[in-house]
Amino acid sequence: MRLKLVPENTNINFFGITYITVGLSALAMVASVVLFLTMGLNYGIDFKGGTTIRTDSEVTVDVGAYRDALTPLNLGDISITEVTDPTRPDLNVAQIRIQAQDGAQAITNETIQAVKAALTEADSTITFPSVESVGPKVSGELVWTAVEAVVLAVLAVLFYIWLRFEWQFSVGAVLALIHDVTLTIGVFSLLQIKFDLAIIAALLTIVGYSLNDTVVVFDRVRENLRKFKTTPLQEVLNLSINETLSRTVMTSVTTLIALISLFVLGGDVIRGFVFAMIWGVLVGTYSSVFVASSVLLRLGVTRDKSKPDNTSGNQFANIDA
Amino acid sequence: MLQFPLWKKIVIWGICALGILLASPNLQYTQVEQYNDATAALEAGAEATPELTAKAEQWPSFLPSSLVNLGLDLRGGAHLLAEVQLGEVYAARMDDLWPSVRDALREKRNEIGTIRRVDSPEDELHVRISKPEAISSAVTTIRALAQPVVSLTSAGQTDIEVSSNGADIIVRLSEAEKLATDQRTLEQTLEIIRRRVDEAGTREPTIQRQGTDRVLIQVPGIGSAEELKDLIGTTAKLTFHAVVGRTSDQNARVQSRQIMLPAEDEPGIYYIMEKTPVITGEQLVDAQAAFDQNNQAAVSFRLNPSGGRIFGEYTANNIGTPFAIVLDGGVVSAPTIRSHIPGGSGIITGQFSVEETAKLAIQLRAGALPAKVTYLEERTIGPELGQDSIDAGRIACIVAFAAVLIFMGLSYGTFGLFANVALIINVALIFGLLSAIGATLTLPGIAGIVLTIGMAVDANVLVFERIREELKSAKGPARAIELGYERAFSAIVDANITTLIAAVILFVMGSGPVRGFAITLGFGIVTSVFTAIWVTRLLISTWMQYRRPKTIEV
Repeated sequence: MRLKLVPENTNINFFGITYITVGLSALAMVASVVLFLTMGLNYGIDFKGGTTIRTDSEVTVDVGAYRDALTPLNLGDISITEVTDPTRPDLNVAQIRIQAQDGAQAITNETIQAVKAALTEADSTITFPSVESVGPKVSGELVWTAVEAVVLAVLAVLFYIWLRFEWQFSVGAVLALIHDVTLTIGVFSLLQIKFDLAIIAALLTIVGYSLNDTVVVFDRVRENLRKFKTTPLQEVLNLSINETLSRTVMTSVTTLIALISLFVLGGDVIRGFVFAMIWGVLVGTYSSVFVASSVLLRLGVTRDKSKPDNTSGNQFANIDA
Repeated sequence: MLQFPLWKKIVIWGICALGILLASPNLQYTQVEQYNDATAALEAGAEATPELTAKAEQWPSFLPSSLVNLGLDLRGGAHLLAEVQLGEVYAARMDDLWPSVRDALREKRNEIGTIRRVDSPEDELHVRISKPEAISSAVTTIRALAQPVVSLTSAGQTDIEVSSNGADIIVRLSEAEKLATDQRTLEQTLEIIRRRVDEAGTREPTIQRQGTDRVLIQVPGIGSAEELKDLIGTTAKLTFHAVVGRTSDQNARVQSRQIMLPAEDEPGIYYIMEKTPVITGEQLVDAQAAFDQNNQAAVSFRLNPSGGRIFGEYTANNIGTPFAIVLDGGVVSAPTIRSHIPGGSGIITGQFSVEETAKLAIQLRAGALPAKVTYLEERTIGPELGQDSIDAGRIACIVAFAAVLIFMGLSYGTFGLFANVALIINVALIFGLLSAIGATLTLPGIAGIVLTIGMAVDANVLVFERIREELKSAKGPARAIELGYERAFSAIVDANITTLIAAVILFVMGSGPVRGFAITLGFGIVTSVFTAIWVTRLLISTWMQYRRPKTIEV
């Protein structure tokens, strides 16, 4: 007996609820933009400059005592958060964030030593497993490189899909992509998870994954368009999504299994990163089924009905049926 | 298509075996690392102590011994991004130029009158002459001093630009010369930082240039970024100046072309001296920690022949006057010249401890940094945190692996097992590739591997789902499998190329940990396509030939 996540022959009408799904997606995107503008992202030091210090202690973290120890140093804005990890209840770890100091430099040795001394005074068992500091000069550049990377990735993929399919597919895929990235930024604004360089990597992976899904569906659409030359586009799309549904769900589930184990067991350092990817896989799967195909339906595709056997386009078209 | 020619089978299994072989040292990471260190030590001519020989025998020498490099976030260590203040070098170049400009103009004293260097922006040289009407002649004289720029891209250009403004002549470096100078400064800085870091003897430091004015320094195993900064230390810029005066007034008036610097050994005392140094540290050939006649820690130095000659002449002509030894903007001492010092060697005394003289000697020997460096970014990761990350990553990998294996087995039965074998080979191939090219594994890199474990089965899933569909239209098993592979192929290629594009862009644009992620993700895509298209297919075809099933269930 096989484990089947999706029944053998599905015939779901994915466009029956177009108004709901498209409406929902549009609403979610607007909400994301609003969240981004009102709450903003919780930028890490990679983007904003400043210093983060991870402390580890043998006794329970006392955020108040840490704060009292650091206040006399006049370092400006300081935030102290205790790191909690459900899988490791014995952890006494805190994350201290100090705003960027004046000048282009990261942080001076004197400041770091003063901070360490003050904290050691407050808690003698304290150790500093990591200290990271980024000067404002670099952080500004990092933001731009990151934005460039994402835009470049989207453009490159747009070009590739346009090359392999038709421009309508390209637009569909990219809109699905923008949808995924927007929603991810929305969630990061809402939950105020630290947004750092690694999250950009996660965003680009989401771009890759979401496309992967979309392209598989599109590949089937391309094939079915050749097979059923007179069937209305909507039915072809529906058929294609139904045929690939089992694969879409299977791959998402295996990827989620891997990511969730990393989320639970991988430690707190990369939890935000993994969270972004889990969310991305979820919205990516949703968008390749609902968003990309809706766009394609709306734009229509150029179909050549005059030639009965159109095998032009690529070398895989001419295989026996 | 299901039949594989023998050579193809050999190639496919050969690649898999090679991948596993290359990946195998990583299973015994500490052992192999000790073996590598010991072998390298023995080859470098270290004495073969029993301990060292034992370590060198921990791993068979015929097996590959390349390991995946662990990134700083996994091994612990310090990371610095330094910016070199290139502009400082322009100022030094202008100071170097002044004596020859002065001499050239002096020869024409009758025509242009007296000359005087006036204050100017740091990277320019301004000379005022008393007969402004002769300015064009003076400009021509200085232009004759220009040298051709030594670089490939700027043939035919000269190193200085000379213009005039009233009675002032303005000399500055040409753009081409600035570029060439920047290049040289950065290379010199890299080399000097490398020498200083090597003195500490840590393993495999990474010191590389980034962009036009930056240096990336990564040293695994060092305690903190502060320690690393101390090691790279100050510029260690040593100069000897003629002293004009001594004052305790911080706001004392300083004439043009003179500077005032604090005395390091006497708080509140300042020395006024000539801005143009008599000797600079560049003329130094050796420096050693030593003791002076009072048994105080000091640094002895030796100058190169030309430096020695200048120093000899200067001391001969200025007996009885004090001269200042300036190190990184502070006067270490200002002894009075008692006698002519020939031979170009001397001793620097000051308020030094023995450790300080040892460090200073190293820095002077390694050479002064041509310009000051500032640190734009610094990161320290403790070794325990790195070990925690490795442990957590390992457990997450194993659990993800096991879960995906079970899930695939439940979903596709026998075919699922084939996919699982391919998945195991896939992970081995990723590690094999990473080890072979000496790539660095970072924490996000581990995440990339876990993600690959999840996504690698995708290509197989595509094929299996397709085979299921083909089976529905009542084709024989062999035909269905063949069609399944053929028809899933375009989807596999398109889907993976799009992800690969994202990975490549991440690699090109990203830095540090992001790159580590891009590498494992990119390798994962390539190996997963290989295993899905070739390995599982070969497994299935072999299985079909032995079993010859009438019906199959996928």
